[in-house]
Amino acid sequence: MAERILVLLPHPDDEAYGMSGTLALYVREGAQVTYGCLTLGEMGRNMGVPPFASRVTLPAIRKLELEEACRAIGIQDLRLPGFHDKTIEFEEPELLESVIAGLLDEVRPTLVFTFYPGYSVHPDHDATGAAVVRVIGRIPAEDRPKLLCVAFSKDHVVALGAPDVQYDVRETLPQKVASISAHRSQFPSPAKMSKADLVERFGTERFYTYKFHD
Amino acid sequence: MLPIDPSVIQQRIDSMTGDPLYLHLEQTTGAYAAHFDSSKHPAASFISNIIIVYSHGGISGGGPYRVGLKMAQGWVYCEGLTHYEETESDRLILAGHDNTGKLVVALQLSPKPFGRER
Ligand SMILES: [Zn+2]
Repeated sequence: MAERILVLLPHPDDEAYGMSGTLALYVREGAQVTYGCLTLGEMGRNMGVPPFASRVTLPAIRKLELEEACRAIGIQDLRLPGFHDKTIEFEEPELLESVIAGLLDEVRPTLVFTFYPGYSVHPDHDATGAAVVRVIGRIPAEDRPKLLCVAFSKDHVVALGAPDVQYDVRETLPQKVASISAHRSQFPSPAKMSKADLVERFGTERFYTYKFHD
Repeated sequence: MLPIDPSVIQQRIDSMTGDPLYLHLEQTTGAYAAHFDSSKHPAASFISNIIIVYSHGGISGGGPYRVGLKMAQGWVYCEGLTHYEETESDRLILAGHDNTGKLVVALQLSPKPFGRER
């Protein structure tokens, strides 16, 4: 059965390095993917090299980059609830949770991707993951979608052990490279890297299955 | 100044919610940043005595701390805060100092303008 997937991340580009290959694999198998990107990354410091974006134009530029990345991966449905970059941890929890719960109700996902709260470096990442865990945790255990979390803090393997889910994404590396390259205000394109380097750097994506305690 | 106790600061933020307040927000690398290390880019900015009202605010992090204040049309945000002025009762005076004690950021809220006390 094809999965219904909900991706919940705070910034355009959060999807690119950690899960674009996996999402492209699922899309190839017929999955329907909805991506709720909570902010437009409007406080990002990267403005292109040389700079082509400004504080004023950055949100619109990043929105276009994100739409291009979604097309590259095959994500069919992009939602932009419009929270402000860097403020997810300070948002009214009820507002944040109601947006997430609304997407869960509508999409009825079989699989959800987010950041592992506490092990994802940026406060927006941790706060997004924590809100997703709170909302899904309220769903009765037998009805909960599977929750896969990306972690990348320095201490994450010591604290959580090795990731229990791993995808070999060599077959969808072209989609992954295209999604990274779409965010041209943020990263240099990896398209000129050798095939071997691409496989070495980007060929595997790792996740933790979030375990609810109840 | 004392090292920040986040529960004390959260109470102060909550108690000032909804009030018109004068804001002083500042960040600086120090004017000598590039003199001592040419790879550093000196930068500073401040905004002083602008009146704000916030509907919701919080402090977070494990130190240095972050503060966010939600307003009707935007946000006040500050990262890198380490100390607060414990002798102030009406005003909230927060600062971030680096490991040599120099000020890096400041976030101050007061019902009266700053620098006009006397
Ligand atoms: Zn991010």
